[in-house]
Amino acid sequence: MSEKILLAHGSGSKLSHDLVEKILVPSLTNPILAQLDDAAVFPLSGRLAFTTDSYVVNPIFFPGGDIGRLAVCGTVNDLSTSGARPLYLSLALIIEEGLELDDLRRVIESVRNTAAEAGVQIVTGDTKVVNRGKADRLFINTAGIGLIQEGVDISGSHVRPGDKIILSGGIGEHGIAVMSRREGLEFKVPVVSDCAPLNRMVAGMLKASNNIHSLRDPTRGGLASTLSEFALQSGVGIIIEEGKIPVHDGVRGACELLGLDPLYIANEGKMVAAVAPEDAVAVLASMQGNRYGTQAALIGEVTAEHKGRVIMKTRIGASRIVDLPAGEILPRIC
Amino acid sequence: MRFIDEYRDAGLARKLASRIAAISTRPARLMEFCGGHTVAIMRNGIRQLLPPTVEMFSGPGCPVCVTANADIDRSITLAGLPGLIITTFGDMVRVPGSYATLQKCRASGGDIRIVYSIQDALQIARGNPGRQVVFIAVGFETTAPTIAMAVKQADREGLQNFFVHCLIKMTPPAMKALLDLGEIMLNGIICPGHVTAIIGTQPYESYARDYGVACVVAGFEPVDILQAVAMLVEQIESGRPRVEIAYTRGVRPEGNLKALEVMDEVFETTDAEWRGIGRIPCSGYKLKDSFVRFDASAAFPVEVPPAREAAGCRCGEVLRGIIRPPDCRLFRKVCTPENPVGPCMVSSEGSCAAYYQYGGIDE
Repeated sequence: MSEKILLAHGSGSKLSHDLVEKILVPSLTNPILAQLDDAAVFPLSGRLAFTTDSYVVNPIFFPGGDIGRLAVCGTVNDLSTSGARPLYLSLALIIEEGLELDDLRRVIESVRNTAAEAGVQIVTGDTKVVNRGKADRLFINTAGIGLIQEGVDISGSHVRPGDKIILSGGIGEHGIAVMSRREGLEFKVPVVSDCAPLNRMVAGMLKASNNIHSLRDPTRGGLASTLSEFALQSGVGIIIEEGKIPVHDGVRGACELLGLDPLYIANEGKMVAAVAPEDAVAVLASMQGNRYGTQAALIGEVTAEHKGRVIMKTRIGASRIVDLPAGEILPRIC
Repeated sequence: MRFIDEYRDAGLARKLASRIAAISTRPARLMEFCGGHTVAIMRNGIRQLLPPTVEMFSGPGCPVCVTANADIDRSITLAGLPGLIITTFGDMVRVPGSYATLQKCRASGGDIRIVYSIQDALQIARGNPGRQVVFIAVGFETTAPTIAMAVKQADREGLQNFFVHCLIKMTPPAMKALLDLGEIMLNGIICPGHVTAIIGTQPYESYARDYGVACVVAGFEPVDILQAVAMLVEQIESGRPRVEIAYTRGVRPEGNLKALEVMDEVFETTDAEWRGIGRIPCSGYKLKDSFVRFDASAAFPVEVPPAREAAGCRCGEVLRGIIRPPDCRLFRKVCTPENPVGPCMVSSEGSCAAYYQYGGIDE
């Protein structure tokens, strides 16, 4: 029988030591983590960005990623949206009793690979095991610290009339990939989660322009929520063009079938930027030069009219409002 | 994407819009019956492309919306019975009944599961032989064949713990009821594409013949809808109302004979209660006697307190097409998708939800 996580793995006993020392530390090792003190200690000075997020995705393995990759990318990307260079992450695991040890190994392996890809270090962590039924296999929390370069000042409230809106690629892939795995739906054109660390792409964008006003990764609530937040936070109007928003064929097919709107579906490897018009071409080119931004596109612009609202020019030339998503997103019934 | 992109083509849409504007001289008062059409019209901003002579009214074609409070209340009461598993489509869970919602019932311990198809409900019944599983079937003729097939399947397998609370409704009697009411003086109907794919065009013949109303069956993409509007305007201008199909890639005049056959085997018609319209004779489906052991209302007779309507909610008038959602004083102020007062704000096909989500520019 395969090995499983027991309550004792979280009890501070020999088993918990083994878990930390045989599975977690060797895989994630770096000089700061290896100190194995209760707090990670490291020197750092300058303007810092600090963020935290919890990951409870079901299923924990999905096409294109897993909860480990997600937990690293989510925090790395949140730091990146402030223009920070992500450096150090914490990793806290809440494990449901009975989780296969091999599954945990796979997740930790994925955390390691993703952290290496992003160039960040896991410097501290925690593990708890809870009774069966008190969690759903594995929950992860990560927090992260990043350093913001002199002169970089990015916020969702800095969008200005005249700015161009740039999107780094096709929308809805993460949400559809997870949903299709969860519901056992198979699509002819398979949809793979876009889960990816975007810090290197953002670093390139910051090199290309000093006039990036706002950055945000359109996760829960999708592109529609991110743009609505920009419009509300900055008190501007945003006009986007439906025909310019990249959507993968598999996502479109799935959305047609399920009656969903890709604008509202979650992404985990996309970035939306509001950029001064004179720098838009340079930023777009720099995004397209990164492996996670090859499909980047200019999708709209910011106006002083329609304050607080996002308006979409539909494919057939009419206009409609893009609102914050309302309630749960449910499949249609006929 | 093939079969989609060509029906969203901007050039084609513009051509159809200018054709409509060029030929339309008389008032064309058109109703889209189907909620799917309402959503497509709002989502694509189709009204903005039409000349002032063409007026569009939304009809009662949202199955969750037309389900009467008494029927929702009965579903909620069933969900409160100990040991029962209730399965249903997502929208039904949030729709307010007279006193509660299935969602609230679930929060207080009811076993209510959202399914994507009745096949999932069958699967739950197979997997839980010790428990009774009720599927709450709302929908029109598009959903009916899948329900009929599942009931036959349950019968073949000898499933003892599977039941259907059948609230399936028929489209043509409701259309006829609206025409008889005569409240909005329609002269054209955009007939529902998917429903007609099942029942065929024959039921609409009398609308053209007896009521002088133009009928065109439409698909759900913007070009489909504009094409149907163009055909309706042509009929109205020529003064020769008849039944035509714009959605030829989906609909045959005779409908889907196989689906009709299986529906006929399992269902018989019954009077049904429609929100906003009232009791319409022979406008619903119920299980025939030979399948009555799958009928949830026979298997679980429950007392349901008298239904009542939410104060100020004008869903009934919205469903009859006599007011638009923004005409309701609760719309966007008290009644929102987060806190819906009436079903038209809940369902993904509801007019109020469509206006809330996609309207707002012209309000």
